[in-house]
Amino acid sequence: MNIHKSALALILAPFIFTLSACGGESGTTDNTTKPITRNIGSIVKTRGQLMCGVSGELPGFSFVGTDGNYSGIDVDVCRAVAAALFDDPNAVEFRNLNSKERFTALQTGEVDLLSRNTSWTFSRDTSVGLDFAPVVFYDGQAMMVNKSSGVKSLADLKDKAICAQSGTTTEQNLADQMRKRSITYKPVVFEDINITFATYAEGRCNGITADRSALVSRRTTLPKPEDNIILDELLSSEPLAPAVAKGDPQWRDTVKWVVYALIKAEELGINSQNLAEFANSNDPEIKRFLGTEGNLGAGLGLSSDFAARVVKHVGNYGEIYDRNLGTQTKLNLPRNQNQLATKGGLLYAPPFR
Amino acid sequence: MTNSKPPIWRDSLFWQIATQVIAVVLAISIVVILGMNLNRNLRQLGINFGFDFLQQQASFDIGETPINYSPTDNYIRALLIGLLNSLKIAVTGIILTTIVGITAGIARLSDNWLVRNISSVYVEIFRNTPLLLQLLFWYFSVFLNFPKVDNKVSVLGVFGFSQNGIEVFGVNFSPEFATLLLGLTFYTGAFIAEIVRGGIKSVAKGQWEAGRSLGLKPGLVMRFVIFPQALRVIIPPLTSQYLNLTKNSSLAIAIGYPDVYFVASTTFNQTGKAVEVMLLIMFTYLILSLFISLMMNLLNRSVQIKER
Repeated sequence: MNIHKSALALILAPFIFTLSACGGESGTTDNTTKPITRNIGSIVKTRGQLMCGVSGELPGFSFVGTDGNYSGIDVDVCRAVAAALFDDPNAVEFRNLNSKERFTALQTGEVDLLSRNTSWTFSRDTSVGLDFAPVVFYDGQAMMVNKSSGVKSLADLKDKAICAQSGTTTEQNLADQMRKRSITYKPVVFEDINITFATYAEGRCNGITADRSALVSRRTTLPKPEDNIILDELLSSEPLAPAVAKGDPQWRDTVKWVVYALIKAEELGINSQNLAEFANSNDPEIKRFLGTEGNLGAGLGLSSDFAARVVKHVGNYGEIYDRNLGTQTKLNLPRNQNQLATKGGLLYAPPFR
Repeated sequence: MTNSKPPIWRDSLFWQIATQVIAVVLAISIVVILGMNLNRNLRQLGINFGFDFLQQQASFDIGETPINYSPTDNYIRALLIGLLNSLKIAVTGIILTTIVGITAGIARLSDNWLVRNISSVYVEIFRNTPLLLQLLFWYFSVFLNFPKVDNKVSVLGVFGFSQNGIEVFGVNFSPEFATLLLGLTFYTGAFIAEIVRGGIKSVAKGQWEAGRSLGLKPGLVMRFVIFPQALRVIIPPLTSQYLNLTKNSSLAIAIGYPDVYFVASTTFNQTGKAVEVMLLIMFTYLILSLFISLMMNLLNRSVQIKER
């Protein structure tokens, strides 16, 4: 019996040790409630490639074409950051994320940057562990209906079925707006964007709600695009912005200023075609912007010509817009509020100095 | 002759206790290590662990609400709606799938060629294709192909079919509910059919002969002699199928039926509380499964042979 007792004690020893060790551990971590600062920028540089989370399902924003290449405004933001870091817009690996995966993927470091038509909201900025870069597309939520349904306004959708995607701000905005107008409706909500639109196309729902740009984009993939109309009423403002994980100010600044560089370049009239002509400019602002004078990039741990690299490989904001959403594209979205502030829009970059 | 004890490593009692203790230590250590790791990572990300968010306003609407609900209610209420929707599917599903399964299982042993082969084809098709595929098939190829709401087809004034779902005596079942219910029923029913067939086959042939020799018709032999004995073999695996049905109901998310997993997903998506919501979901399904298990074990005890 004695042998058994001592043997038991011997076996239990590591167990007790583990328990006491974990007690000590939690005691020390309690003092460090501040998030540990990460250095995503240096991780990305060591890896030699940017991991960028996109939707991959939304033509004009991020979409895999028949040639297997990604294109879209969200994709170009990823490429712009890669161009600034590596002077190579192709040093990006894209990850398709659905609306449920996106924030966790960013929080856990699965992706370095989320560029996925994501609305900048208060709670996401403050309690979901994200930091947002400047808005790359000012959007608003809208409603699409079938022409034959005779629906002209939201009020006509009383007691009707409305399709939406779950876990998006659109689902909540729809609830808000209908509550405000005291319109009862029947939400039919799916996790998968393809099933959401397929269900609408089958006629299960009288209306479908999403960001206006997303509706325009997805309408092109419906069996009879011309049969579907988007109501003029907007349900909300949706500022779509890239996001990074909280707790890395330098990385956030990097993404932030790459986006500003796109806007600033358009403001200064610099594009991918005429970049060389500006190299000898006498304008000190342009010199600083292109890195021929001063060393602005140093603050981000980047080369002084990071903005020039961005414009060289990806172009300025206007070029990106025209290429992906502009009048020559299928989407044909007028720029409206996505015009530069100097031309009456909302886009404005702080001074590069 | 000395009656010396064997050395400790040859003592079987020692090893019995030791392996159990080692297993417990390992299990607890793993849980502790995972917990510490989680705690550290969450801190690094600046995310606070806690269930306070459940009190916040849900602010999303739900399509099917068995009890009152509005977007101003909190997440707890939203999750309760989801749970009730899950229970609705689980209870009706278990009842229907039992009927389908037993019918198909007995039909497979029928002397009638047509009945036997129809049942075989049903079982083989439904058992050997993925449930998700079947659900999407029911949804897109069956329910969404019903006529538009304005041209509702009425059968005998009792059933109404439209894209709004199935109406029975004025009670409307949405296409999402109907898809999930029928999908789960026919899928699980195919497995139950095989279990029933196996159970009946396990009863000795002599029991049939004995029953017939008493002058009982085949149907009565099945009811009073064979089936009660087959139940002893059927019930344990049947429990697993009920558990499968309940857990598989979480595939509701694919076809937009707001069950507990669906509502929890939305909650997670809006609050970013991944770990908390996953724990809640695990706990919910664990409780549901244990409850079903308990009920079936009680049933099982009642059909076992009582030796007197």
